[in-house]
Amino acid sequence: MTGLRFDLRDPPPGAAALRAEVRAFIAEHEHGWAPEVRARSWMGFDRDFTRAVGARGWIGMCWPTEYGGAERSFLDRNIVLEEMLAAGAPVGAHWIGDRQSGPLILRLGTEAQRQKFLPKITTGDYAFCIGLSEPDSGSDLASLRTRADRVDGGWVLNGRKIWTTFGHLCDWMIALVRTSPAPEGGSRHQGLSQVLVDLKAPGVTIRPIHDLVGEKGFNEITFDDVQLPEDALVGQEGAGWAQATSELAFERSGPDRYMSSHPLLEAGIAALRDDPAAATTLGRQVARLWTLRSMSTAVAGMLQDGADPVRQAALVKDLGNDFEQALPDRMRDVIDTDAMPEEMRRMHAYLTQIVPTFSLRGGTREIMRGIIARELGLR
Amino acid sequence: MGTTIGAELAEQATRALDDAAGVAVLRAVEDGAFPAAAWDALGALGLGVALVPEDRGGAGLGFLDIVPVLEALGRAGAPVPLAESIGAGALLSAAGIEVPDGVLTFAAAGAPVPWGRHATHVALVDGARVALYPAAALRWTHGTNTAREARDIPTPVAPMAEGTMPNAWGAEAAMLVTALLRSAQIAGAMQGALALAVDHANTRKQFGRPIGRFQAVQQQLAVFAAETSAVSVAAAAAARAADRRGLAGAAFEIGCAKVTAGEAAAKGAAIAHQVLAAMGITEEHSLHHLTRRLWSWREEGGTERFWSARLGALVQGTPGPLWTFITDRDEEPAA
Repeated sequence: MTGLRFDLRDPPPGAAALRAEVRAFIAEHEHGWAPEVRARSWMGFDRDFTRAVGARGWIGMCWPTEYGGAERSFLDRNIVLEEMLAAGAPVGAHWIGDRQSGPLILRLGTEAQRQKFLPKITTGDYAFCIGLSEPDSGSDLASLRTRADRVDGGWVLNGRKIWTTFGHLCDWMIALVRTSPAPEGGSRHQGLSQVLVDLKAPGVTIRPIHDLVGEKGFNEITFDDVQLPEDALVGQEGAGWAQATSELAFERSGPDRYMSSHPLLEAGIAALRDDPAAATTLGRQVARLWTLRSMSTAVAGMLQDGADPVRQAALVKDLGNDFEQALPDRMRDVIDTDAMPEEMRRMHAYLTQIVPTFSLRGGTREIMRGIIARELGLR
Repeated sequence: MGTTIGAELAEQATRALDDAAGVAVLRAVEDGAFPAAAWDALGALGLGVALVPEDRGGAGLGFLDIVPVLEALGRAGAPVPLAESIGAGALLSAAGIEVPDGVLTFAAAGAPVPWGRHATHVALVDGARVALYPAAALRWTHGTNTAREARDIPTPVAPMAEGTMPNAWGAEAAMLVTALLRSAQIAGAMQGALALAVDHANTRKQFGRPIGRFQAVQQQLAVFAAETSAVSVAAAAAARAADRRGLAGAAFEIGCAKVTAGEAAAKGAAIAHQVLAAMGITEEHSLHHLTRRLWSWREEGGTERFWSARLGALVQGTPGPLWTFITDRDEEPAA
């Protein structure tokens, strides 16, 4: 069960100074953030804010300087992420590119791809989304049917991706698609590849899907004979499954898996400072938050060491999702919604509706627990 | 989790426990016997003075170093009062009292003394005042906790030595040490119970296949495993804070660990019994030695409710954001 082992990590040297810098930066911008913006957390899309973050060097900050990075450690990056999430900053326009698309291109992309995409991610000019789910393929991702067929000079893409967050606002998608049929009697994981798709290319149709809050958060994206150039392929043809799963430690490990509701907890404590009856409930949340942070920081340390903590990431995501998902109801345990201060009430209303997504996005709760069960030797 | 030396000590302790302790020993202990053979096997490792500084004849280790040892003890159901001896040694030497040989234990004044009747010496801690007694000189009223571990009430006499806790350990040192020891032991007992549950799920067949092949069972055991990891991380992080800032300065972290451990203990025990079904309820099966300790240990060193109320009041009373409070407790390693 070594995959369930965690080693404590200390903050990196200079952590407090970096934290202070990020806080000062946030203080300059946060006056414009409505409660609903803060409650959206990393699902808040604000290209101007992203450009400002990029100008500070906090997007792609672990990447080589030649691609616009700052060659900082994962633990430094973790500090920036924590501070953004603690404040409910609208980081959605760069979150995916910084978290996984950029690292994927850096690791597996060609030199030309790195030069083309990475600097523009760090400035906020290129926003990325992920093309995994399809109308008939959710948790059973390998059943996906979107196809890229080889043609002269590149590929032609046909199919449909769904639930792509901010697809209508993003510039690029890295999609997992089938580039050759699964071998007869062989694994469905073969024949899949990852391709870069320009979302403004002809043949791409983006249909926003209204969500239960009444917003256009995610999309259905249809590809009708979309021409992809030769160099749209990321990494190796046919190795898409292994590539996509190796991204998962990046996708699932961060503080975004337990801090999505954090601004509501802050608002709750501020509103209930003088209420002794609330202490026990608040204390329980604080203890859980502290433990999750210790675990999440341990995973950041493993990434910094070049390990592949995909199981630990699944475990922290599962525990973290439970915590951030339950927070609105835990607040209701100690204060009636109509007694909440206006700002808190609006955050609470938004989060109550949106927290079910926390244990869906990035792999469902059931998939996370399946990963842990496999590590336990049960499957 | 923990340090290299801690991992080595834990390996030695695990070997000794495998050889000298087991279900039969736990049964005897719960019937009131002292496990002399197991104690001798563990005692040979010299762990009793683990936290005593080297210049006072100890091993000079820290709380973080011994977390893996405490987990190993917990996995075996803590058949010997080694955690208690380690804690007593730490408290006595912190108060400037020479640490005697033998079976040691400790408690906050007024609280039941773990293994009291079996100890050679007892440290009773009243606020910052520490008093050492030969156990035989005390009159004992025997009692037990839910796990049928000895929890005895002494009638104090004149102590053989007295001392005062340094400020860094504070007036709550006995409770804080207990909370820390029990949190790490809970992590271990959960690991032990999880292993039993996984083993059962892989061997018990229903509907023609091992029950562990059913997703409903897998998902429950995954939750159990996640909670177990959480307790282990929390205990280690609290121990690290205690090593760096002293017990009093680490009260927040120790409280967080104890809340995490107590909540997880309840979930883990419930899942273990659900998976083991009626078999796990029998006296014959070893599971209950672990689950009854989980239920008992969460009561000691402050319950979830006690610590949550404290933590909550602390953050309610601290001006500024919670996030600032938490990150201000980070400690960068010296450059």
